[in-house]
Amino acid sequence: MIPLLSRINVNILPVILAVIAFALIGSASSWVTLTVAGLAMGMMIFLMASGLSLIFGLMDVLNFGHSAFVSFGAFIAASALAALGAWVTGDSVFLNAAALTAAVGAAVAFGAVAGWFFERVIVKPVYKDHLRQILITMGALVISEQLILMIWGGVPISVPRPAFLTGSIVIGGVAIEVYRIFAFLLGLAVYIALYLVLNRTRIGLLIRAGVENREMVEALGFRIDRLFIAVFMAGSALAAMGGAMWAGYQGLITPMIGSEMMILVFIVVIIGGLGSIEGSLLGAILVGLTANYVAFLAPKLSLATNMMLMMAILLWRPYGLRPAVKG
Amino acid sequence: MSAILRLDDVHTDIGQYHVLHGISFDVPEGGVFVLLGRNGAGKTTTLRTIMGLWRARRGAVIFRHRDITALRTPDIARLGIAYVPENMGIFGGLTVEENMRLATSTGAFDRTRLDRTLALFPAMEKFWTTQAYALSGGQKQMLAISRAIIERRDLILIDEPTKGLAPAIIRNMIDAFREIARETTILLVEQNFLFARSLGSGVAVIDDGRIVHTGAMADLAADEALQTRLLSLSLAAHQ
Repeated sequence: MIPLLSRINVNILPVILAVIAFALIGSASSWVTLTVAGLAMGMMIFLMASGLSLIFGLMDVLNFGHSAFVSFGAFIAASALAALGAWVTGDSVFLNAAALTAAVGAAVAFGAVAGWFFERVIVKPVYKDHLRQILITMGALVISEQLILMIWGGVPISVPRPAFLTGSIVIGGVAIEVYRIFAFLLGLAVYIALYLVLNRTRIGLLIRAGVENREMVEALGFRIDRLFIAVFMAGSALAAMGGAMWAGYQGLITPMIGSEMMILVFIVVIIGGLGSIEGSLLGAILVGLTANYVAFLAPKLSLATNMMLMMAILLWRPYGLRPAVKG
Repeated sequence: MSAILRLDDVHTDIGQYHVLHGISFDVPEGGVFVLLGRNGAGKTTTLRTIMGLWRARRGAVIFRHRDITALRTPDIARLGIAYVPENMGIFGGLTVEENMRLATSTGAFDRTRLDRTLALFPAMEKFWTTQAYALSGGQKQMLAISRAIIERRDLILIDEPTKGLAPAIIRNMIDAFREIARETTILLVEQNFLFARSLGSGVAVIDDGRIVHTGAMADLAADEALQTRLLSLSLAAHQ
């Protein structure tokens, strides 16, 4: 059994999962709907998880406050969309897209600036001290949630969806939500952009090297602390983008939106492998698909199944599916 | 000959332990200067203190008449000091090419230097696009040294490069170091006395965090009683 497992290409795990699910679900249309929903959910989780994975891998920082960026991203996007109501609900696709860009852009900009502040003021003093990192970032998370409660109140807020992302398209008799397709494509575009930055640019090379051996990067003449700030800002901005997209997906948000997602985000980071964008994508798709398939097949097991998935993968590959550090 | 590097009464603590107890020695410009000592004598700590990876509590590290004791590691590296740590510091997930490109100041190779480096270590060309984790121990060491010389450096600090390597690879390494030392000063930390003797012009012996001997390598190599006293070894034991 173990030799067989060791020969499996981890990249085909989502396909294996989908095939097994198809056999269990039985209905092709239900399977397509669940698969698209799982992929869309996976891509939104990927947005939230990719930055955390890099922060973990490069900076060795256990940032339990990451979900604050998800929550703020969701609420800022929701407020921006509400403020641009006429653009959001109008018939013009251009204005719809402009409203969405403004909302997601505002969330991303906030995430980047807040990430800079968070790294400089909260994380920097506790580098190399995991216990203090956990305590201080959890403290910051609680404060952030209280701030959201103070600004937006505790009543769930509805998030208007831009008109061009409402409704469904029918393919082969199966209705697929436009928003899910958009979320999938946006996640894919972000993945490709991250992949190109990490693999085709000098700063990407430095980040990949830094994930493996920070000290050696410094000994080669590079200021790793500057890289830390850039990665933290990018990671926080991506979390805010994920929060904005998740808010539109859910339609109704509370100050706990980030915390509720965080368990899935941590599962993705752990099963994907620290510091690995490819691992985060793979883990996110597995978690998204598993969540949707199990919610259909055995709703009461939904969260437990993702935990079991994490445990199974860690028993099989203790460093995750696609760890960044090798040898 | 003028000193390119001077350590003056350097004290370094690691946590609660006082490891270096007033290290002082000069590394002359050009050739290979060897820092010899037994396990735990303080050799690695000395190199790491020079690189700023551990901070000297007292004393001074002077490089080209400039006090670099308080400088950050990247600033020290940019002065023209390369460091090859004992664990080689290879980035396993990066290819051989990416490992070497990272050590260039602009991200672009100087073709002449690259050709010269690949001529010294032909295996690097063969495994150019291979991820470094897949290399053998000797190849990883070659990559670590290639990275240190891919651009002109004034000083290269190398920590026990022969550790765990086969004799044939060590012989190749000796030739390569001789070639590198034509243009760059090497401060070599070693336990392998035969290797050190074949390369070094000057030597300092460290024991228990203190320099117990400095002088010409030829003098130490010729004096077996001195070797035994300083290092508890004899050449015979290494032959």
